[in-house]
Amino acid sequence: MRNFQVAIVGGGVIGSAIAWELSKYNINVVVFEKGSDVASGTSKANSGVIHSGINSAPDSLKAFYCVKGNQMLHSISKKIGLEVKWIGKYVIAKDERELNELKRLKKVGIKNNVPDLKIVNSDKVNEKNVNCKSALWVPTAGIVSPYEFTIALAENAAENNVKFLLETQVKNIKKTSNNFIISTNKGEYKSDILVNAAGLNCKDIVSMVEEPDFNVYPCRGEYLVLDKNYSSLVNSMIYPVPVKELGVLGVHITPTIEGNIILGPSAEFIEDPDDKKTTKNMMKSLLEEAKEIIPKIPDKAVINAYSGVRCKLASEKEGGWADFRIQESKKNPNMINLLGIESPGLTAAPAIAEDIKKMISKKIKIKPKQKFKTAEPKMKRFQDMTKKQQTELIKKDQRWGRIVCRCEHITEAEVIKALKNPIGAKTLSAVKYRCRAGMGRCQGGFCTQHIVRIMEEQFKINFKNITLKSPESNIFYRRNREEKQ
Amino acid sequence: MINQNVDLAIIGAGPAGLASALSASENGINKIIVLDRNDWLGGILTQCIHDGFGVEETGESMTGPEYAEMYIKKVKKKKIKIMKETMVLDINKKKEITAVNKKGLHKIKTKKVIFATGCREKTRWHIMIPGDRPSGIYTAGVAQGFINLYNKIPGKNVVILGSGDVGLIMARRLKFEGANVIGVVEILPYASGLPRNVVQCLDDYDIPLYLNHTVTYIRGRERLESIKIAQVNQNMQIIPKTEKEIKCDTLLLSLGLIPENELAKKIDIKIDKITGGPIVNQNLETSEPDFYACGNCLQVYDTVDALSIDAKKAGKQAAININKKNGKKSKSIAIKPGKGVRYIIPQKIDKPGKIHMSLRVKKPQKKSKLTIISKGEEIFNKKLPWVNPANMVIFDVKITREIIKSSNTIEVNID
Repeated sequence: MRNFQVAIVGGGVIGSAIAWELSKYNINVVVFEKGSDVASGTSKANSGVIHSGINSAPDSLKAFYCVKGNQMLHSISKKIGLEVKWIGKYVIAKDERELNELKRLKKVGIKNNVPDLKIVNSDKVNEKNVNCKSALWVPTAGIVSPYEFTIALAENAAENNVKFLLETQVKNIKKTSNNFIISTNKGEYKSDILVNAAGLNCKDIVSMVEEPDFNVYPCRGEYLVLDKNYSSLVNSMIYPVPVKELGVLGVHITPTIEGNIILGPSAEFIEDPDDKKTTKNMMKSLLEEAKEIIPKIPDKAVINAYSGVRCKLASEKEGGWADFRIQESKKNPNMINLLGIESPGLTAAPAIAEDIKKMISKKIKIKPKQKFKTAEPKMKRFQDMTKKQQTELIKKDQRWGRIVCRCEHITEAEVIKALKNPIGAKTLSAVKYRCRAGMGRCQGGFCTQHIVRIMEEQFKINFKNITLKSPESNIFYRRNREEKQ
Repeated sequence: MINQNVDLAIIGAGPAGLASALSASENGINKIIVLDRNDWLGGILTQCIHDGFGVEETGESMTGPEYAEMYIKKVKKKKIKIMKETMVLDINKKKEITAVNKKGLHKIKTKKVIFATGCREKTRWHIMIPGDRPSGIYTAGVAQGFINLYNKIPGKNVVILGSGDVGLIMARRLKFEGANVIGVVEILPYASGLPRNVVQCLDDYDIPLYLNHTVTYIRGRERLESIKIAQVNQNMQIIPKTEKEIKCDTLLLSLGLIPENELAKKIDIKIDKITGGPIVNQNLETSEPDFYACGNCLQVYDTVDALSIDAKKAGKQAAININKKNGKKSKSIAIKPGKGVRYIIPQKIDKPGKIHMSLRVKKPQKKSKLTIISKGEEIFNKKLPWVNPANMVIFDVKITREIIKSSNTIEVNID
């Protein structure tokens, strides 16, 4: 049985941010992630928005961590090599009633210390395609790729010796007098401190140790992705005034880091937290709602759909809004629970992680590492490099000269780099989320064969173990004929 | 940067690239270069191991690789430079091509360019099928590649959506490999592939074809577990209560092909909205002088035989015009698809003579009549025993100097 000082359950953005924060210190940390990669749940499928803090009630943890996390992201992004675009957002009002709502939001924002808020008339809205009377301009809002954010945190943590155990599901936890014994599908582990960052499964983890005093209400949000050809429709994020009833922000229009535009999310309370389907009705209504804001969106612009599930602590009847719960268990000291981390959790992650580190530092002695490896600045993609850089790289390693993804011009070297990631994720999705091979127009039509070939030849992965995103999502069934050795 | 100067650069070494290279060489050009991103020649033919290729052209039925080999042998005898595993990254109107391979970056200056860049398959998201996002969903061509080139079978219980030729061929191919091919689902009231493929790939193996049906839902969190199909009415709207669930682990999509013209679009070549390929004249020259297009990036062909004939024309014309300065643009007329015609190629004519045309019809019908109308007058007609959207209609028409002089458009109809 391996011993750790801190065990984190969940490799979402929260678990990964905590792991990264702790990786700066001389302690032994493990992360259990049931998926085949980090960012396999809520952290993967959301709007990718770095929120300003205007949407959370004053004095709430949501407001506090959101505003702080937003500020921290300016410096953290450089340390972990993450691209953030501070494009700002407009919350738009269509009439007087909604204008009052903007005024209320502005007040909340000011209370929460959100700087530079401004209500402007439609003629001062710098978005010619948006249909509105007036708008609240929020310059401090930004965008990231949510999975790149999580992956960057996790990989840099792993480079600094945090152990990531993928495809490792926590089955049971036993509290002993001085530690936790954690049973997983991959064996038992011991840890002094247990951090529950299991997202939608946070209640299941609590239940393994004590009777939970809360409930989780999964709330699905569907999104539509528009073709890059329509990226010029908006430059900043466009939000309607929030829907009061559900504790969500409403269908908004968000540019992504990669130059697409996403529409969504919907809000639908569901029973099964893993039910990440997309539905015909929602696809239709998302497009209709977005068209009310930007009538110019063409019907045929949609190229993809996905959904994510929010971890809510308040039911639909209760109005859907509840604050984060970040606390040490009273009955079982040394168990730190992070409950109901939904939006603005992505923004809040670094700030939450810093506080968790503080909590832990009061329990065990932590000392900064002398040799903390800062992540290398995110390398430009081959196609964005100068011709000189491209030539030099090909001279060093010919695999830079072999394009395997024709749509996004991704090279064999980039695929290999993605597969060599320090946390050991080796699915097709892991490649896609790290280097974009398979994300373009043809959706893997050309590159899948090459990625499979690279996995087989250079990583010696048996073809039967090549999967899309999880151990059960195999790609191949058998060979036509057995190959002679 | 490795610099080269050539007379003709052909992008793509599939059947169109090879045929055009051969023909250009036969017509006297010496400095020809063919660029292809794969490490083999022959493009998609390499994975098409079924037969039926070359019947119209040679009278002999070949497999895809055999057909490709026929051209590869001929091309290799000529002075044609071939660069494999080479991806064209950029192109400009000055006819400078930037490409990359393991040796580095290349700049190729050329007098003429032929696009032979082929096509790609439509995916699940072209028709936005709702549901989960499991593994087990492949475009038919990707599955074909895995089986025929990489010795890997994607699944056991298979449904095919779309009755395009690749889908039909794959139904039979998977049957041969022992898979349970549950059926082919087609939203139209008729198959979209060639009639001979419906007979030889489905009927001969008792594989059901569900016409007027579509896939409405995909279920499976990890690997595909089942799909729902439903019947549609004439307007392709789902008929309520006709939905049924089919257990399967594999869904192949044969939803049609999209010409790949990302490079052509970079230099603002005009694209026909219906074909998805460049608008060309009778010489297959695009809206940009010195740039030609042939093969499936021009239009998705029904047979490789027809494709090669056109590609040879592109090669020949590029050769004939190799040293010709682009003088004043001569008067041209537009050829418009009229009644019953989905599209027609070429889209314009700027020189009188015998013009080779190909078109596709909108709907299948028996006893039809093809007419060409110029200024209200019929200038050509041809009786056709039947027409079918899957089969291209190919014919030659004499267009006189007077017709070009006196009108701006001619219209092609199928009644």
